[in-house]
Amino acid sequence: MLDSDFVEVVGAVRRFVRDRVVPLENEIEQRDEIPAAIREQAAGMGLFGFAIPEVYGGLGLSMSEEVRLVFELGWTTPSFRSMFGTNNGIAGHVLLEGATDAQKKEYLPRIAAGEWTASFALTEAEAGSDPSGLATTARRDGDGWVIEGSKRYITNAPVADVFMVFARTDPDAPAHKGITAFMVEAGTPGLSVGPRDHKMGQAGAWTADVYLDGVRVPASTLIGGEEGVGRGFATAMRCLAHGRIHIAALCVGMAQRLVEETVNFAAARQQGGHPIGEFQLIQGLIADSATDLYAARALVLDAAARFDDGTDTRVGPSAAKYFASEAVGRVADRAVQVHGGAGYIRGVPVERFYRDARLFRIYEGTSQIQQVIIARQLLREAADRAS
Amino acid sequence: MNIVVTVKQVPDTWAEKKLDASDRTTDRKSVDNVMNEMDEYGVEEALRIKEAHGGEVTVVTMGPQKAVETIRKALSMGADKAVHLTDDALHGSDALQTSKALAKVIATLSPDLVITATEASDARGGVMGALLAERLGLPQLTLARKVTVDPAAGTVQIERQADNGYALVEASLPAVVGVVEKINEPRYPSFKGIMAAKKKPLTTLGVGEAGLDASEVGLASAGSKVDDAEPRPPRQSGTIVKDEGDGGAKIAEFLATQKLI
Ligand SMILES: Cc1cc2nc3c(=O)[nH]c(=O)nc-3n(C[C@H](O)[C@H](O)[C@H](O)COP(=O)(O)OP(=O)(O)OC[C@H]3O[C@@H](n4cnc5c(N)ncnc54)[C@H](O)[C@@H]3O)c2cc1C
Repeated sequence: MLDSDFVEVVGAVRRFVRDRVVPLENEIEQRDEIPAAIREQAAGMGLFGFAIPEVYGGLGLSMSEEVRLVFELGWTTPSFRSMFGTNNGIAGHVLLEGATDAQKKEYLPRIAAGEWTASFALTEAEAGSDPSGLATTARRDGDGWVIEGSKRYITNAPVADVFMVFARTDPDAPAHKGITAFMVEAGTPGLSVGPRDHKMGQAGAWTADVYLDGVRVPASTLIGGEEGVGRGFATAMRCLAHGRIHIAALCVGMAQRLVEETVNFAAARQQGGHPIGEFQLIQGLIADSATDLYAARALVLDAAARFDDGTDTRVGPSAAKYFASEAVGRVADRAVQVHGGAGYIRGVPVERFYRDARLFRIYEGTSQIQQVIIARQLLREAADRAS
Repeated sequence: MNIVVTVKQVPDTWAEKKLDASDRTTDRKSVDNVMNEMDEYGVEEALRIKEAHGGEVTVVTMGPQKAVETIRKALSMGADKAVHLTDDALHGSDALQTSKALAKVIATLSPDLVITATEASDARGGVMGALLAERLGLPQLTLARKVTVDPAAGTVQIERQADNGYALVEASLPAVVGVVEKINEPRYPSFKGIMAAKKKPLTTLGVGEAGLDASEVGLASAGSKVDDAEPRPPRQSGTIVKDEGDGGAKIAEFLATQKLI
């Protein structure tokens, strides 16, 4: 998109986030819910489809543009982003990466407009970091399929209109080759959603178990059509690479907010007749956080540029997600420290962000999984060069 | 409904406003410039009336080249087209001259309804709506917190905000209506709107093209002159009144010294 248009898009999002969402942060936290009016306005602006191509009704941002937009979203409670995060991210990308043209044309416009909320249902009770071990199955039945199993911690499940469900279709194939993705609409008989999980943070964003008890779906729901059989795992991994840069950008946005909260507090809070910001030990905490922020932002922008030009779609996304999520954890911890007792009290933004930030090191691949991906890829490349 | 809405680009509400040292006009170079916040309510109201009754919303602004940013904002919110009156000769125009120039442009658009904000946040004169109505020979309804148009009957009715309630006021169309901030919640431009804005018709007029003579406008022939400006004095510390049975009387005394009662 034109750079001048993009600057205006970012400006509009920035204003919306800061003028409309930030003042509601406490309400969202207490009620564990994003007000309906905010959802409507966000959908009206186009926030449900910024990462979906224009031909399907989205905005079609490149990764480099997307991260700059997400920096703005990170400024407020991450549950705001989560509301449309699955549509733009992991769930919407299942269709983008794996669906047939006809499926894309039929479903992506609804997802981009926010008419539909889409969920990405990969994780299971016994298959998290290593989803290739998933136990949900889909077997052919006439000209359709029957899905059996259950999913865990599925973001937006309680409000989802459609689920991207990963199921094993070939028990004899190697673990990651026998998995296929299906698009299952809410309300399909046999599909049910458990009670909302009680989470540590990110109130307003809901996760729940999803149960699939003999869910019968037509062949048209098989993502990628007949050719999509056995391709589900590869599709999921490509979605996650995009999602990792996205989450890294979100961490940068939150770090930005935390640094601002920290600096403002240090400048205003007095002890012994001095603003605490005059104490060098406090200055050290501020400088470390600001430096983490600079490093994370630069890394995310670089990883996004390499993702766009195709030079690095594996190591960069994992390195960005690994570093930025760990960095925002450190920044949040220092923010609480600078706030003293106030940092431990409900209602103070840094206390909330401290809990919110914890998730980023866990979902869409834990920090350990990112380490494994980074190192394995580098070792593989070294081995290739040697042979 | 053919609706015209006036907008103005002003220095950011929160920026410290200064005068240009060379000619004592508003310094626009040292600050961010944005759409006058109150104009957003005018644009929103125009769009809502259009959505209810059909028609077209035309944005009109007078201002330097850069003011096209403000036009684009209104177009990205959903206005259909815009006229930008811009010319070096207009620089330094006062309210009388500005109203003359804007009225010239607006008259050529033959609107059914002209919507203005109550004031702009830079000079806060609050006179433009009335000046335009006078020059256009149209009735003016001010301080509207609700606008209802009846195109069939050719009337516009408003709730005119008052200190202790509101007054229902009606005028025949065409009319000029000034709106207050309470009237609505302006929409945020959608991403699609932002991309569409650049493709919408924008007419840029110089003084001559608008049918004005350069001698009628601009600093040299302005009816009002700015000699100097002083920053707002810093806030004084308050007075604490201890209530020793005579608190009420003391407050009344204080208010009287401030000429408030
Ligand atoms: C709020 C929330 C939202 C979520 N949303 C979704 C969603 O929308 N869709 C979805 O499919 N999933 C979702 N998840 C699931 C999430 O992706 C998983 O929780 C995550 O991948 C970790 O899996 P696990 O919980 O099974 O932990 P485990 O995999 O059991 O990990 C336990 C520990 O072991 C470590 N570990 C595991 N394997 C290795 C290894 N090979 N080497 C080194 N260390 C290892 C991990 O790093 C971790 O420290 C969500 C989770 C949460 C909490």
